[in-house]
Amino acid sequence: MSEKELGKKLDRCLADSAVKLGAGLGLGIVFSVVFFKRHTWPVAFGLGMGLGMAYTNCQNDLRAPYLIQRNIKMAS
Amino acid sequence: MLRVCLKGANSAARKCLCGNGVPLHPLQQCRSYTSGGSGSSAGKIVAASVLTMGGGVGGTILYANWDPKFRANVEKSIPYSDQVFGLALGPAAPPPVINKPRKVEPVQISSMSEVWKDSKQPKAKEVQRKAEQPDAEGPPAPAPQETLEAAAKCTECEHEPAVKERPEGEVAARLAEQDKAEQDLLTSLSSNLEDALGSTAKVTLQAIGAQEAALQAIAQHTRQLREAMEAEAPPDKKSTQWRVLEDALSERSRSVDEAGAAVLKAKAELDKLRGVIDGAKHLKIAAARPSILAAEENLHSMVVDLDSVVTRVQTAQSEAKIVSQYSELVNEAKAQFQKELNSITPEIQANWKGLRKLTQDDLNSLIAHAHRRIDQLNRELAEQRVREQIHIDSALEQQKLEDKKALEVAISTALEHNREQMRLEQEKKVEETREVMEAEMRTQLRRQAAAHTDHLRDVLKVQEQELRSEAEEILNSSLMEKETEYRRLTQDQLDSFTLDMNAAYARLKGMEEAIDSHVIAEEEARKAHQLWLSVEALNYTLKTAALNDPTEPLEGAVQAIKESCAEDEFAQALATALPSESLSRGVYSEASLRARFYTIRQLARRVALIDETRNSLYQYFLSYLQAMLLFEKAQEAPPAKLSAEDLDTFKLLSYAAYSLEHGDLELAAKLVNQLKGESRRVAQDWLKEARLTLETKQVVSLLSAYANAVGLGTTMAP
Repeated sequence: MSEKELGKKLDRCLADSAVKLGAGLGLGIVFSVVFFKRHTWPVAFGLGMGLGMAYTNCQNDLRAPYLIQRNIKMAS
Repeated sequence: MLRVCLKGANSAARKCLCGNGVPLHPLQQCRSYTSGGSGSSAGKIVAASVLTMGGGVGGTILYANWDPKFRANVEKSIPYSDQVFGLALGPAAPPPVINKPRKVEPVQISSMSEVWKDSKQPKAKEVQRKAEQPDAEGPPAPAPQETLEAAAKCTECEHEPAVKERPEGEVAARLAEQDKAEQDLLTSLSSNLEDALGSTAKVTLQAIGAQEAALQAIAQHTRQLREAMEAEAPPDKKSTQWRVLEDALSERSRSVDEAGAAVLKAKAELDKLRGVIDGAKHLKIAAARPSILAAEENLHSMVVDLDSVVTRVQTAQSEAKIVSQYSELVNEAKAQFQKELNSITPEIQANWKGLRKLTQDDLNSLIAHAHRRIDQLNRELAEQRVREQIHIDSALEQQKLEDKKALEVAISTALEHNREQMRLEQEKKVEETREVMEAEMRTQLRRQAAAHTDHLRDVLKVQEQELRSEAEEILNSSLMEKETEYRRLTQDQLDSFTLDMNAAYARLKGMEEAIDSHVIAEEEARKAHQLWLSVEALNYTLKTAALNDPTEPLEGAVQAIKESCAEDEFAQALATALPSESLSRGVYSEASLRARFYTIRQLARRVALIDETRNSLYQYFLSYLQAMLLFEKAQEAPPAKLSAEDLDTFKLLSYAAYSLEHGDLELAAKLVNQLKGESRRVAQDWLKEARLTLETKQVVSLLSAYANAVGLGTTMAP
């Protein structure tokens, strides 16, 4: 079902963003805790990275069909 | 031909006459002429034409009268001219018909009539004499030509009603009667003749015998006389001799008288016989002719004999006379000599033989006497010689006279005899010739008869041949006719039979074909029915699509279709044309698709801005925003032609929604197919499903249509 694909993608995107955010948060928290003395900027950084990654992944995921694959044989 | 010329002349005359008028309007002129405007010239023309035609016709008739060939020609060429000629001239003389049996060939005589002719030949004269009209056979005595002509006449007796032909039996009876009468006459005649002949012969013989006797007597008498003369018997013997002589003389006279009487009697009898013969001759019976001739001959011979005997007797008599004269003379001479001798030598006897004893004187005297005698005799001789001449002359004269008389008599008798003989001979010859001729005629007639028979036979043969050939021809023709008839009939029968057979066969064939076609049709119908059933099944399976669930896989139904119409290529093709997904998975129903469409629509609205260039997340946000903010008609009737601005997603979607709502999945699919970008991608599956469904539906509808068509086609109209 092609119409469900978008939903799936969005789901994935959300899930991924959640994960990424979580992971970013986590890592941020971790880093903030560990390395950066509980500044919030690693968390934000982590959240931001996570969000950014999630965004990019989502975008890539959504763009994926429009990317030209390299499996086209070059005429030689 | 003449009439054509005449007509031409007439037309020419008319034309000329008409042409002599105004040359520019000849017809009008003619019309004016014949309409009676100037009647005299019309009358003149009519008269002239009538005259010419009459002249022509008259000339033709005259010439035809003169020349029969021309007449025949004209009759042949111009119909009904023979009637005109018949009226004018009388019937044409028939051409000289060469009737073969009438063809004169003298040697041909019919064999049948030969007997008739033979029997009738002796009666021919009587028939000829007695018959007033020409008899059936005609006189055969004349030339065969005549006979044949008579026969010819006989053959066309029916053409001559004047000639009444006696019936054969009557003629034969008459002939028999005539025959009998003739026979009787003949017998009587012959008997008469024979009697007469017999009597005459007897009498003649008697006469001849008498004459002979007379002759004998005369001869004897003469002989005796001569003997008496010559012999110098002694007187007593002489006297006996003379007595004997006298007896002989008397005998002779008697016999002569007897002979004369007998001759007279014989002559009378002969005359009687002649009379009888003449009478017989007068009867003119040809058959008696030979007997008559014989009688005549006998008569003649008897007469001749009689005459000869009479002449012999006469000669004998004359001889006797001579002899007697001679004897007298001798006697006289002897007496004279004796007298002389006695006168000279009286003692010498008359017997010369006893003269041996004579003396020389006697001898001398005798010799002298002898000499004297000799002289005397010489003188007498001389005298006699002189007188002899005179005597001889006179005697000659007398003799001549007598001879003449006798000659005359002899001539007359000889002439008579000769005449008689000649007559007899002639008659005999005539008789002979007649016989010969009759024989010849008989032979000729026989030959004629034979030839006639031959000819008849030939003619009959020819006729037979002709008749046979004719009959054969007729037979053949009738046979052929019958055969052709038969053949035709058989052929007709055969034809009709063949026709019937053909018809029956054709009907049989037709029936078979009908049955086969029926079978085939039924088969077809069955197949169609099956096809239809299977297509119906397929249709039904199509209907089994639950909402949001595809139908059952169509494979079974399609398989059933495939099985049901294994020979139907179209169905097979169609069956194979079904998309495999429909077979394996089934297709979605239109309702489900419709329902699904709304989801698609929603989604497509949301991603309307996304395409290859714009596919970032921001665009997604924007498109979402657009979708939220943009309001289009839920359903919009799609135009017939999509313009460029109709290719907007929203519009397309509304068009598609409209089409879907109105059941036009195809159009909806088409419209959806126009989506671009992400909307398209989103609608891809739906499109695919729609396509599948459409395809399947199309195929199924084709199949059903086909099945319907086939079913319709195979359905027999009641």
